[in-house]
Amino acid sequence: MKIVNITKDNFNNYLYSGILLIFISILDVFLNSFFSINTTSFLPDFLSFVLPLIVGFIGLYFIRVEHSGIKNLDIINKNINTNNFNAVLTLLIIFVIIKSLPPFLSWFIIDANIAGDSKESCTGTGACWTYIKIWLRRFIYGMYPNAEQWRINLSFISLTALGLVGFFATEKYKKYLTLYYVVIYPFISFLFIYFFISGGRIFFDFSYGIIAAAVSIILGFFIPNKFKLYYFLIVPITLYILLKYVFFFEEYIELGMIEGLVWVETGAWGGLSLTFIISFFCLIFCFPIGMALALGRRSDFPLIRYICIGFIEFWRGVPLITVLFMSSVMFPMFLPQDVYVDKLVRCIIAISLFEAAYVAEVIRGGLQALPRGQYDAAKSLGMGYWKMHIFVILPQALKLVIPGIANTFLALVKDTPLIFVVGLLEIVGMLNLAKTNPEWLGFAMEGYVFAAIIFWIICYAMSKYSYNLEIKYKTER
Amino acid sequence: MNAKFKKIIPQLLTLAFVALVFGFFSYNAQLNMENRGISFGYGFLSQESSFDVQFSLIEYDGSHSYFRAYLVGLLNTILVSVIGIIFATIIGVIVGIARLSTNLLINRAAAYYVEFFRNIPLLLQIFFWYFAALRALPLPEDAEPIFGVIFLTIKGLFIPAFVWNNLDIFLYSLLAAIIATIVIRSYSKRLRENEGKHIPVLYISLGLVIGLPILSFLIGGVKLSFEIPELVQLAKTSFRFNGGLGLPPELIALTLALALYTATFIAECVRAGIQGVSKGQKEAAASIGLTPNQVLKLVIMPQALRIIIPPTTNQYLNLTKNSSLAAAIAYPDLVLVFAGTALMQTGRAIEIVSITMLTYLTLSVSISILMNWYNKKIAIKEK
Repeated sequence: MKIVNITKDNFNNYLYSGILLIFISILDVFLNSFFSINTTSFLPDFLSFVLPLIVGFIGLYFIRVEHSGIKNLDIINKNINTNNFNAVLTLLIIFVIIKSLPPFLSWFIIDANIAGDSKESCTGTGACWTYIKIWLRRFIYGMYPNAEQWRINLSFISLTALGLVGFFATEKYKKYLTLYYVVIYPFISFLFIYFFISGGRIFFDFSYGIIAAAVSIILGFFIPNKFKLYYFLIVPITLYILLKYVFFFEEYIELGMIEGLVWVETGAWGGLSLTFIISFFCLIFCFPIGMALALGRRSDFPLIRYICIGFIEFWRGVPLITVLFMSSVMFPMFLPQDVYVDKLVRCIIAISLFEAAYVAEVIRGGLQALPRGQYDAAKSLGMGYWKMHIFVILPQALKLVIPGIANTFLALVKDTPLIFVVGLLEIVGMLNLAKTNPEWLGFAMEGYVFAAIIFWIICYAMSKYSYNLEIKYKTER
Repeated sequence: MNAKFKKIIPQLLTLAFVALVFGFFSYNAQLNMENRGISFGYGFLSQESSFDVQFSLIEYDGSHSYFRAYLVGLLNTILVSVIGIIFATIIGVIVGIARLSTNLLINRAAAYYVEFFRNIPLLLQIFFWYFAALRALPLPEDAEPIFGVIFLTIKGLFIPAFVWNNLDIFLYSLLAAIIATIVIRSYSKRLRENEGKHIPVLYISLGLVIGLPILSFLIGGVKLSFEIPELVQLAKTSFRFNGGLGLPPELIALTLALALYTATFIAECVRAGIQGVSKGQKEAAASIGLTPNQVLKLVIMPQALRIIIPPTTNQYLNLTKNSSLAAAIAYPDLVLVFAGTALMQTGRAIEIVSITMLTYLTLSVSISILMNWYNKKIAIKEK
C-alpha cells in the first residue's frame, strides 16, 4: 500500500518538502541536545519525544526514489535509505550521535581541567586530566626511581632503533634479516633489559661485553676474510676475560672507585614500560615454543605427538589467571629450597608457555592447510625433515597464519594486566593503586579512560599492521 | 634396524626429558612439604571452612566444608558464564548482522563497536564498569524504580523474585511439552519424506510449549506470585532492600564486561559465517522459486551455522575462562573463593591450584569433545 506514489517523474514535487522535513527533525534534536530547548513542549510528552523521528521518517520517505538522476541523492538513498526499516535505523543513529555528543564533549574537553598540580585545581564538572598529568610518570614507569628513568627511555629508544634496522637494510644484507630478528635482536634486547634496566653490579659485565664487542668489530674490518671466522670466535671472548679479570676493574669497583648503576629490583618496575617488557619477551619466547609444539603435534612419532597434544590442550583448557596463580604459589614448591626465581621471570615463563599453546594451534592450522603436494615435492627432491620444514613448509604455512598469529599476540598484550595476580603492577595495576591514594580519590573514570585509549592505540595499530603484512605476503595460490 | 632406532631414540629422549622434569618437580615438592610439615592429600576438603562468602546460590556459611565452598565458587562461575553467554550471543548476533547491513550508518556503527571493544583489555573493561561506571549509580534511598519494581542502585540490581507454588508440576509440564515437540518433529519429518504431507509443526509445538504450562496453572495448582523488593531503613543513613532478588554490582559489572567483550568476537564469527555462504547459493535458491524467507531458512542458515557454531563455541569457552577475572573485583567465583580464600587459609597450594585447573580443564575438554562430535555430524559428506 502506498500513500503517495513517488516515481522518477514526480519526485521533484516531494524532494524539497522531504529535505525540509529531515532538516526540521534534525534541527529539533540538535536544539534539544546542545541548547536544551524543547521546541515541541506544547505537545504531550511521548509525542514530543518521538516527533522528530516521525517527521524525519516522512522526509526520508519523500526523498526515496530509484534512479533520480541526481548523483548525491542517489548515493544517500542507496546507502542509508533503502527501505522504511533502514530509514528508521538511520534516523535513530543520527539522533543518538547528536544526543550523546554534548555530554561527551563537555566531560572530555570543555569542562575538563588539566592545569594545576593538585586535586583542588579540578573545579570543572568534566574530567580531571590534572590527575593523569601528575601521575603520568608512575603510569609509565611504575615505582622505578625518578632519577633512573633515563635508563628505561634509553633502552626503549635503542631497541626501537635496532628494531627498525630491517627497513633500512640494503639488498645485500636482506638475507641476514631473519637471523638478526630471530636470534641477535632478542639477545640484544634481553641484555639491555636484564643488565641495563636492572642495573647493579651486574651492569659492568654488560659494559665489558659491549666494549669487547665494539672493539673486536672495529678491528674485524682489518682482518682478512680467511681468518674472520676464527677471529670472531676467539677475540671477543678473550677481550672480555681480559677486561674483567686482567685489567682489574673488578677491584676498583669493590673499592668503590667506580660507581655502577643503581640496582632496581623487578618489584619496582611497572606501568606501561612493564607492559611492553612483558609483551616483548613473551612474544619472543612463545613463538619458537609454539612452532616446536605445532611440529611435534604433527610428528610421526606417537609418543612425541601425544606429549605435545597433552601439553597444548592443558594450557588451552585453563584460564591464564590460574596459570599465574600456579606460577606464584605452586611453582616455588617445585623448586629446590635455596633456588629463588624472580617474580617477573616466573610471570614471563608462565605467560609464554600459555600463549605458546595458542600459537601452536594457529601454526598447526597453517600446516594442515598446505596441500600434500608440497610435502611430497619436497621429499622427492631428497630433502630431510628439517630441510623440508625450514625451506618449504614453514615459510608457506606461516604466511597463511599471519592473521591468526597477530590475534594471538594481540591477546597476549591484552592479557598483560593479569599480572596483578603475582603483585606486579603494570599500567592497569598502577591505576588501581593511584585510585586508592587518599589525595586523589574519585578519579577512577579518568584513569581507566586514559589506559583504554593507550591500549586501544597499541592494539589497533598492531591489528592494522598485521592486516598490511597479510596483504603484502599474499601470494596467488 | 637403523631406521627403527631412528624412530625410537627421539621418542625415548623426549620421554626421558619429560620424566626428568616431572621427577625433579615432584621430588622438590615432597622435600618442601616435608620441611614445612604438611602432607599431601585432599582430606582438607571435608574440614570446616570458617569463612563467609557474600554471594552464594546454595546455602552456605562458615560452618560448611571446603568442598561446599568449592561448589559455591563453581556455581557462581557457571552463573556468570551462562548470563554472559546469553547476552553476548544476543549482542553478537545483532552486531554481526548489522555488520552486513546495506545501511552505511548501521554498518559503520557495528564496525566501530567491534573495533572499540575488541582492542581494550577485558580486565580494564571490568574495572571500568565496576569502579567507574557502576559507582555513579544512586544510593538505595535515591534510586528511581524502573517500571515501579526494578531498582538499579550502587548496591546492585534489585528485581522482583518469583515465588512458586508446586513448581515441580510446572517443570514436569514443560518437560512433557518439550518431549512431545521432539516426537512430533520426527514424526512430521517421516511423514514428509514418506508421504509428502505437511504438518504445521511450528504452530503445534508452540501451542504445546505455551499451552501445557498454562494448563498447569489453571488445573495443576501451580501459582506464581512476585516478591517486590522493598526499601528498609536500618539506621538514620543506612538503607537496604528487603525481599526480591538482589544481584550484586560485581556480578553486573562482570556480566556487562564479559558480554560486551565477547560479543565482538561472536559478531565477527556470525559475519564470517554469513559471508562464507557463496552468493551463488542464494541466487540458485531464488531462481528455483523460494521466497526470501525460505532462502534464509532452508539454504543460507543451515550452511552459515555450520561455519558459525564451532568458533562461537570457542568464544563461549573463552568467556567461561575469562570469567575467572572476577577475582579482580571480588566477585566470589571459583578462583576467588577456592584458589584465593581457601588457599590462603589452608596453605595447600598444590592441591587447590590443581583442583581449580582440573575443573576448568574438564569443562573445556568436555565442551571441545562435544564440539568435535558435532562438527563431524554436520560436516558436508563429500564423495
